[in-house]
Amino acid sequence: METLKTKKMKEVHPMEDVLRMNRIPHIWCPGCGIGLAVTAFAAALEKAKIDLNKVAIVSGIGCTGRVAGYIKLDSFHTTHGRAIAFATGIKVANPDLKVVVFSGDGDLISIGGNHFIHAARRNIDMLVVCVNNFIYAMTGGQVAPTTPLAAYATTCPFGSVEPPINIPYLADSSGAVYVARWTTLHIRRLTNSFIEALDKKGFSVVEVISPCPQYYSRINRLGDGLDMMKFYHDNTEIRHGEDTKNLDIGFQGKIIMGKFIDRERPSYTERFD
Amino acid sequence: MNLWRKPLDLQDIKVARGEIHIIKDLCKGCGFCVEYCPKDVLEISEEFNTKGYHPPYIKNPDECVECHLCEMLCPEFAIYVTLKEDNNVVKSASEEGGQ
Ligand SMILES: Cc1ncc(C[n+]2csc(CCOP(=O)(O)OP(=O)(O)O)c2C)c(N)n1
Ligand code: SF4
Ligand code: SF4
Ligand code: SF4
Ligand SMILES: [Mg+2]
Repeated sequence: METLKTKKMKEVHPMEDVLRMNRIPHIWCPGCGIGLAVTAFAAALEKAKIDLNKVAIVSGIGCTGRVAGYIKLDSFHTTHGRAIAFATGIKVANPDLKVVVFSGDGDLISIGGNHFIHAARRNIDMLVVCVNNFIYAMTGGQVAPTTPLAAYATTCPFGSVEPPINIPYLADSSGAVYVARWTTLHIRRLTNSFIEALDKKGFSVVEVISPCPQYYSRINRLGDGLDMMKFYHDNTEIRHGEDTKNLDIGFQGKIIMGKFIDRERPSYTERFD
Repeated sequence: MNLWRKPLDLQDIKVARGEIHIIKDLCKGCGFCVEYCPKDVLEISEEFNTKGYHPPYIKNPDECVECHLCEMLCPEFAIYVTLKEDNNVVKSASEEGGQ
C-alpha cells in the first residue's frame, strides 16, 4: 500500500538538505507560524553558505521546542527553560561551532528568563531565535510573560492583568549585541536578520512574532493563521534603530519591527584567548 | 501622444517563469500561498488530500514569475518552485513580490 510517507518521498522539497523530511508532516497546526520561522532559518543557512557540520541547534520544550528535531543539524531537544544553558556548554566546549537556540517565548523568557539574562550579560556567542506567540501554546494556552495586557488565556478568563515583558528591551539592557524583531509575514527580512545574526560574534536575539491560531487566536477570537498574517500586514511598522524601550506590544496594537541593536562587545569565549 | 518610450529591446526581455510543485499530502490548507502570490497563480482546490485538507491548485500556470514567495510562506514545506526550462516568455514588465 502506498502510505503517506512513501507517497511524499517521490517529490523532494529543495530544503531537504536542512530538514529531516522523514519526520515531516510536522506536528504544528494549520496556519501556525513556527514552520515559517524554520523556513527563514533554513534559507539563511543556505544563503550564508554555512557549513552545516559546524552548526548545532538547541531547543527547549514547547511547540517551538520541536524545531530542533526537524532541522538536520546536530540537534538537542533539552529540558524546559534550559536551552540556553545547554547551548552555553556546547559553545564553551566547542568554540568553533555556531550555536543556535530556537525556542518559544515561555521557554526562553519565563522559566528560562534567568539563563537569557546572564547569557546576554556574559555575551555568549550564540543566536537565540525566540518565537513569540504570546502564550504557552503546547500546554493549552496558559498566560505567558509575553501575553499582552487584557488578552485572554485559558488561565486568564477575564483578560491578563500582568504587564508583559518587552523582549528586545530585556535583551538590550542585559547586553545582547544584536537584537531584531520581525513577524512571520516579513519572511525575507527575517531571513536577512538570521544571516546577519549568524555572522555576529556574541549574544544575538531575533524575536519572531508568530500566529498561534489554535490557542492565542481562538480564545481571543482573532481568526485563523491567515487572519493573523493580514493583521501583521496592516499593523506593523519598520523602525530600525528604535530605542528598545518603545517596543512594548499591546493587545492587537501596532508591532514595531526592525533591527534595533547591532554593536560590538568581546564575547565570553574570546575573553579566554 | 505616447509619453513612454518603447524599449528597443522589448522583444528580448525575458521574464523568469516558474514551474510550481505542490506536495499535496503535506498541505494543511492554510491559504498563505494563495493569499500572498503576487501574480494570483494559486487557488484552494475542492479536492481533499489524505489528511482531509484542501491543497491549492495552479490556476494560472503561465503567470508564475518564479519569485518563490509561495515557497517561503508555506509553513508545511508543501510547495516549491523551479525555473522553467523554456524560459523565454516575453513580457514588458514584471512585478517583484515579497515583503
Ligand atoms: C519543568 C517544566 N515545567 C513545565 C512544563 C510544561 N510546559 C511544557 S511547554 C510549556 C510552555 C511552552 O511555551 P512556549 O515556550 O511559549 O512554547 P510554545 O508552545 O508557545 O511554542 C510548559 C509550561 C515542562 N515541560 N517542564
Ligand atoms: S498550538 Fe499554537 S503554537 Fe502550537 S502548533 Fe498549534 S498553532 Fe502552533
Ligand atoms: S513563485 Fe511567486 S508567482 Fe509563482 S506561484 Fe509562487 S508566489 Fe506565485
Ligand atoms: S501555504 Fe502550504 S500549507 Fe498553506 S495552503 Fe499553501 S501549500 Fe498548503
Ligand atoms: Mg509561546
